[in-house]
Amino acid sequence: MANIKEAQEEIIENFSMFDGDMEMTIGYIMELGSKLPEFPEELKTDENIVKGCQSKVWLSADLIDGKVVYKADSNTAITKGLVSLLLTILSGQDPDDILSADLYFKEKIGMNRFIGTQRSNGFAAMIKQMQIYALAMKAKA
Amino acid sequence: MVSTELDIESIRKQFPILHQEVNGKPLIYFDNAATSQKPQSVIDALTHYYDSDNANIHRGIHTLAERSTTAFEDSRKAVAKFLNANEVEEIIFTKGTTEGINLVASTFGRKFISEGDEIVVSNLEHHSNIVPWQLLCEEKGCVLKVIPVNNQGELIMEEFDKLLSDKTKFVSVNYISNALGTINPVQDIINKSHEVGAKVLIDAAQAAPHVRLDVQSMNCDFLAFSGHKVYGPTGVGALYGKRELLEKMPPYQGGGEMIKDVSFSGTTYNDIPYKFEAGTPNIGEVIALKAALDFVNDLTPEAIAEHEHELLEYANELLKDVDGFQPVGTAKNKASVVSFLIDGVHPFDLGQILDAKGIAVRTGHHCAQPLMERFEIEGTVRASFSVYNTKEEIKEFVEALKSAVKMFKA
Repeated sequence: MANIKEAQEEIIENFSMFDGDMEMTIGYIMELGSKLPEFPEELKTDENIVKGCQSKVWLSADLIDGKVVYKADSNTAITKGLVSLLLTILSGQDPDDILSADLYFKEKIGMNRFIGTQRSNGFAAMIKQMQIYALAMKAKA
Repeated sequence: MVSTELDIESIRKQFPILHQEVNGKPLIYFDNAATSQKPQSVIDALTHYYDSDNANIHRGIHTLAERSTTAFEDSRKAVAKFLNANEVEEIIFTKGTTEGINLVASTFGRKFISEGDEIVVSNLEHHSNIVPWQLLCEEKGCVLKVIPVNNQGELIMEEFDKLLSDKTKFVSVNYISNALGTINPVQDIINKSHEVGAKVLIDAAQAAPHVRLDVQSMNCDFLAFSGHKVYGPTGVGALYGKRELLEKMPPYQGGGEMIKDVSFSGTTYNDIPYKFEAGTPNIGEVIALKAALDFVNDLTPEAIAEHEHELLEYANELLKDVDGFQPVGTAKNKASVVSFLIDGVHPFDLGQILDAKGIAVRTGHHCAQPLMERFEIEGTVRASFSVYNTKEEIKEFVEALKSAVKMFKA
């Protein structure tokens, strides 16, 4: 699978196709979200809710063969699409790589412009939670 | 009622902000219940104050101070006229409705409400007309009672009657609900509250841009509104209070302006309204508020309301055809607010997609979480119309909604 940098490059390239058209970009983000694997109902607990999001995001992580594998869901389609971007980049990577990841794709795809400040604060909360999981997994590994 | 046709195109020309593109589409601004846009006359009044008259008010003896003081006090007269207050001194400038309510809760409330007394608000209130009273109840041990709403989003007046007793000391309700647009029977509420000896505050934040206010005929004890919702600047609002009550109330904040003489052996307070206006106010914004009220008076509140009502009816008609449309709040008597949900679509998603199409609406709980809880929802999409909005914009909005819904059903 692609490493963190390669995965980001691919996302940046895919987003560049829309040439800044916000409607098409949002449509694409929602489409990505709809492709996320189903999130188990029993994992929709208060502990798995990411705080700081306007909409609800559930995030869980497992350590499989030394890699952090994330699962996520959201009650809004756009947020689900956004969290799916993070899963594409970070899920299945080494805990150390996740902790030291430079997620430059956010600026490159103009996250703020498309999603607004409040939502990108929620986005920051998601990243933070993913790194907290990675840190916990690292201690376990 | 005589039809007073407004020339909407010429009104739109007075609002420079409306003539722009957002995300490549002409801006359609339907977030008027959050804040209205400002006509050129208001922007000019603000600029004129800063480029010609800026000086601190009331104590200066130089020409600029004289000019700014006169303009400031002219604005107070304009507010008094706008509300038909009996006396100019009954108008206190505030930062907005929120501060007006807090002022009354902290001064009248602290002095005249005690343990075991009851305060009545409604389930339709904005947080700013709930939390100040909760704070007071926490401090004084008084009890907050809530007028419930029915499924249409109207106050259940029979339940209000039951809440009233000789324990009721204060009733604080909004004239128009910000979240649903329900116009409340405030006259009935005021009359009935007075019968048990309670004082009444009307939160007119949403009413000021939509209905003619007359505090004397309403006979309310207090009324608060915000400048920015009535085409004026942010950071300025007014509180009306009956003279006899304002005079009995202790000061709100301490500082300059609100005193007569200060000494370490005791300080005497200024007369109303200055007793409640500690510190340098938002002078420029207060002055520009007059221009906003002039704008409303020129068009007349009645003509504005008529146009907005037409927009509301038109929107209701077209929205029926949107797949999965569910209105939240269907009161018989409503201001130009449409709060709704679309089956299976989260309001945040809808808001984002509409923004991509250049349409500004509000999504979320609208600072009325207890009301959302009542309807067992997290929030709604809210479109609110103003005098400068048009039927063409509503048509565009409904088309945009339909295409957004398609994105989800695809």
